[in-house]
Amino acid sequence: MLQFLARRLLVAVLVCLTVLTFAFALTRLAGDLAISIAGPNSTAEDIEVVRKAYGLDRPLVTQFFDWVSRAVVGDFGRSYFFREKVSTLIFDRLPITLTLGLVGLGIALSVALPLGVISALREGRPVDRIISLVALLGQAMPSFWLGLVLMITFGLHLGWLPISGTGTWQHFVMPGTVLAFSAIPALMRLTRAGMIDAMSADYIRTARAKGLSRTSIVLKHAARNAAMPVVSIAAVQLGFMLGGSIVIETVFALHGVGFLAWESISKNDFPTVQAVVLLLAIIYTLLTLGADLLNAVLDPRLRAA
Amino acid sequence: MSALLEVEDLEISFGALDAVRGASLEVRRGETHCLVGESGCGKSVTALAVMGLLPSNGARRAKRLAFDGKDILGLDEKGMSRLRGDRMAMIFQEPMTSLNPAYTVGSQMAEVLIRHRGASKRAALDRAAELLARVRITSPGMRLGQYPHQLSGGLRQRVMIAMALMCDPELLIADEPTTALDVTVQAQILRLLADLQKDLGLAILLITHDLGVVARTAHRVSVMYAGEVVESSPVDRLFHRPMHPYTRGLLSCVPVPGKIRRDQPLGSIPGMVPHVTRGFEGCAFRQRCPLTRPDCAGPIERRHPDPDRDYLCQIAPNEMAAP
Repeated sequence: MLQFLARRLLVAVLVCLTVLTFAFALTRLAGDLAISIAGPNSTAEDIEVVRKAYGLDRPLVTQFFDWVSRAVVGDFGRSYFFREKVSTLIFDRLPITLTLGLVGLGIALSVALPLGVISALREGRPVDRIISLVALLGQAMPSFWLGLVLMITFGLHLGWLPISGTGTWQHFVMPGTVLAFSAIPALMRLTRAGMIDAMSADYIRTARAKGLSRTSIVLKHAARNAAMPVVSIAAVQLGFMLGGSIVIETVFALHGVGFLAWESISKNDFPTVQAVVLLLAIIYTLLTLGADLLNAVLDPRLRAA
Repeated sequence: MSALLEVEDLEISFGALDAVRGASLEVRRGETHCLVGESGCGKSVTALAVMGLLPSNGARRAKRLAFDGKDILGLDEKGMSRLRGDRMAMIFQEPMTSLNPAYTVGSQMAEVLIRHRGASKRAALDRAAELLARVRITSPGMRLGQYPHQLSGGLRQRVMIAMALMCDPELLIADEPTTALDVTVQAQILRLLADLQKDLGLAILLITHDLGVVARTAHRVSVMYAGEVVESSPVDRLFHRPMHPYTRGLLSCVPVPGKIRRDQPLGSIPGMVPHVTRGFEGCAFRQRCPLTRPDCAGPIERRHPDPDRDYLCQIAPNEMAAP
């Protein structure tokens, strides 16, 4: 188990270092940063001043190691656009994004898991088909459109939920639901497939031969074996929700990290872009690591591997 | 002694396919009843039907299906699940996949006693350790905490047997329990089953296609062919004087030291098991039978050469030449 953990951690660190390098390289490939910082109406002298002031005249390798050595201690420099420390900028917005992501995942799981299990137990019957159809519709629905429909229905007509902002928990219900919608179909189908697979396994026949109750057969013996792919995908989905919720953060005016990423990209605010990319990479890596560990808890065979 | 398990005229179908067509057998208390036949003859589904474990596309009908004198044909899933694992238990052909990979041996064994007897976890684990020792597994306490993938096939089958014994069942159904195992392990498992039966007074319905296993373990034998029990007999008389031509064919395929001659080829049964479709009439073995006659295509009579023997054939005992 310790060896397993050590190996996963090593891989995680390597992934983060790779992303660090890519984040740096990609921002430099986007064009001459000095020009975009100085603005469209600046003279050649202005640009040179900016280049010197931001240290962009130094060799790339020097810039890279300078940035990395600061980044590992949490110093990402100052944002060129917001005139604030990048770390402050990100950590102010992180709680919003985390809340939104967790609410989204919570809704997605609480819908997808029961539906997947029901679908599997009623494989090929009308209930199964209806659930699959609904999942398909959910997947095909654009999230900005769904967001607007929900706002019009529950925000404007019924007046049950606030339509923008982040003041209370009610603010997260609609964006969380919209976010969940994109994750539900994949989670549901994986749960269904895993459960169908598990329910036809020999050990389920054994469990029935032991006279166990239906509940114990389905929820204890089958579900644990069906859970692994679901855990892995749920982790990826959560990563996606945390990093890719730009559309939803925009529609619902939630100023989270996704929104920040979009703003800083469009403003060529490269210290922020680099930091956000790195942060998301770390989040993804941690989530995958977490999923691997959870799967190792679920399946003893993985611990030995 | 009274019969513990009575099966009369059992029919099992999967859609249009009739897997078992009117099979009858009785398993008495404390005896080993072997169900023999080649692959696809309906042995395993018969066992599954008795346990109420047929897959959902399988349908069973019977004139009578009784356990300990009480009808179990009319029992619903809930009623059957109370019997299963408690008074009747089953072990399977696939020891490698029959245990749940996600739970320890101990927890999988303990839940049987917890379910049927409401035992505490502690008491159930003690019982599990005791039974692991009973099936001759060394350091049972350590095995309880192990997962199936840490055990060999033979050990897993022993765990399955021990698990089946958790509630002291009266009937153990063993569906080819040694087929997937090495020959040496096979012998150990069979000896174990024989010992357990003697010590615990267990009735065993042992499904096998191995006549060597039958000779070593059975008290009584039922031979199945194409979904029917074509012969049923106490084991000694079956080997001594098989009646049904199919049984004779099966026995001629087995080398018996002292009985066969070196220069003589072993017997074999020509042809294949016929595809028996609905509305099939007559003897299913007639195309492969050396003694076939025109009336084999009509209704077949069940004959009783002795009070405790029967076979399904047109040829009367006195017409049947000694093999």
